Amino acid sequence: MAVTTPNPSAPADPRPALPAALTPQGRAWLDEATARPTAIRALFPAVRRRCGHTPLTGHRTVDEAARAVLLTALPLRGPALADELTRLHHHGDPAEQRAVLRALPLLDPGGPDGAGDLGDLALPLLREALRGNDNTLIEAALGPYAAAHLPDAVYRQAVLSCVFCEIPLDRVAGLGDRADVELARMLADFARERIVAGRAVPEDILPIVRSLASADAAALYGTDGLDGVT
Amino acid sequence: MRIFDPHIHMTSRTTDDYEAMYAAGVRALVEPAFWLGQPRTSPESFYDYFDSLLGWEPYRAAQHGIQHFCTIALNPKEANDPRCVPVLDELPRYLAKDRVVAVGEIGYDSMTPEEDDALARQLHLAIHHGLPALVHTPHRDKAAGTRRTLDVVKESGIDPALVVLDHLNELTVGIVLQSGCWAGFSIYPRTKMSEDRMVEVLKEHGTERVLVNSAADWGRSDPLKTRRTGDAMLAAGFDKAAVERVLWDNPVAFFGQSGRLELDPEPDAPEPDESSSFEGNSIRRGGA
Ligand SMILES: [Zn+2]
Repeated sequence: MAVTTPNPSAPADPRPALPAALTPQGRAWLDEATARPTAIRALFPAVRRRCGHTPLTGHRTVDEAARAVLLTALPLRGPALADELTRLHHHGDPAEQRAVLRALPLLDPGGPDGAGDLGDLALPLLREALRGNDNTLIEAALGPYAAAHLPDAVYRQAVLSCVFCEIPLDRVAGLGDRADVELARMLADFARERIVAGRAVPEDILPIVRSLASADAAALYGTDGLDGVT
Repeated sequence: MRIFDPHIHMTSRTTDDYEAMYAAGVRALVEPAFWLGQPRTSPESFYDYFDSLLGWEPYRAAQHGIQHFCTIALNPKEANDPRCVPVLDELPRYLAKDRVVAVGEIGYDSMTPEEDDALARQLHLAIHHGLPALVHTPHRDKAAGTRRTLDVVKESGIDPALVVLDHLNELTVGIVLQSGCWAGFSIYPRTKMSEDRMVEVLKEHGTERVLVNSAADWGRSDPLKTRRTGDAMLAAGFDKAAVERVLWDNPVAFFGQSGRLELDPEPDAPEPDESSSFEGNSIRRGGA
């Protein structure tokens, strides 16, 4: 299948919306923290208390955006950057881990800044989040960085996980480009299991099954979607 | 009845418990780091446990409409195992987390020199991080252990208003309240303290600086003992405001001293008054 550009509709960079959402004290703290990149291990956990955590834009929050500011200010590239991100993620609580995952596209050569030359080096963080049970982490992992870097088989399993965990597929970056015949087959099989069990089939898998699955799989749904399926 | 259980080990409980607790009125709780029954043999095993208190368990609680906070510490029992003591050096990185509202459980189990050292060090960590301390009193030799605990608290220089001594009974409550510390009571199904005895303690000592918890864990315990105590208080003639003070306002005030106890507004919460409302409708207590 074709490799991939990050989904342009995903709001990858929450930073521009941040200044208007910060209090003067929050902004002063963040400016000072940004100027002390060597102190990031101590400062990163305190961001939410210092800068706030109200919703910002898309599905982002003020603390995520402020943490993205700190991460993109790190004077590190490549493996050194990946090591620091791994450490912050490993020692982070879920809010810190979400912030690291969401900042990855900003540190990737394909991202808006392309600042960190991160390449594939953060893939282990995605794999860890995708193995877990926390929907908020799974969702945070499946941004444009995942769309650009996850191998096909892992990407497909991740999409299937979302369907199981009821994470809406419009939260998954790059699906339009990365959905393939094999993913459509997996989703069609999933739908069959659900139908046999008398359970509802999530509507948001329909477009992929319709456009990519084999004719008999797509015919599960008829032409009008889920009529008759309960 | 709105309930905040200030001491319960949800890691050991089931989703049925979460559902029953919600139905009984529990809307928030604090899970102290403690012994898991099976001894740990390395610091790494603690770090996974701490991560679970900060990650998985709050996530699980939230799915049942309950807000989950935690306290972090090396517990007294395992402070005696030299393989576990290096945990003390890594505590600061956990005490920096948003949902950590105290250092705990610390205190005495067998009153060994190792326990002395861990208790003193962790009281200093509480001072350094501006956090309250949740201090367990020993189940054996309780009265002597409680007096010794109060001495160490005093020596540490921590403000007694930031300290709760837990698992108290009729014989230890007096000296604890006198010291300026908070008095915690764990209500158990058969041993130690019952809801009826608790009501008598409240009649004698009042409702100020008193916390009531279920301390439910992997042993014989009951996560609904907070509610049962509230019911027993009402049956004994306490009014609703007194019940709310003991089961909600007091734990909110105690852990609110961390500045990190951010309680989400809830649909069935009473209207917040002028002083407790913050940024419109969100209830946030405890200051910066
Ligand atoms: Zn306990």
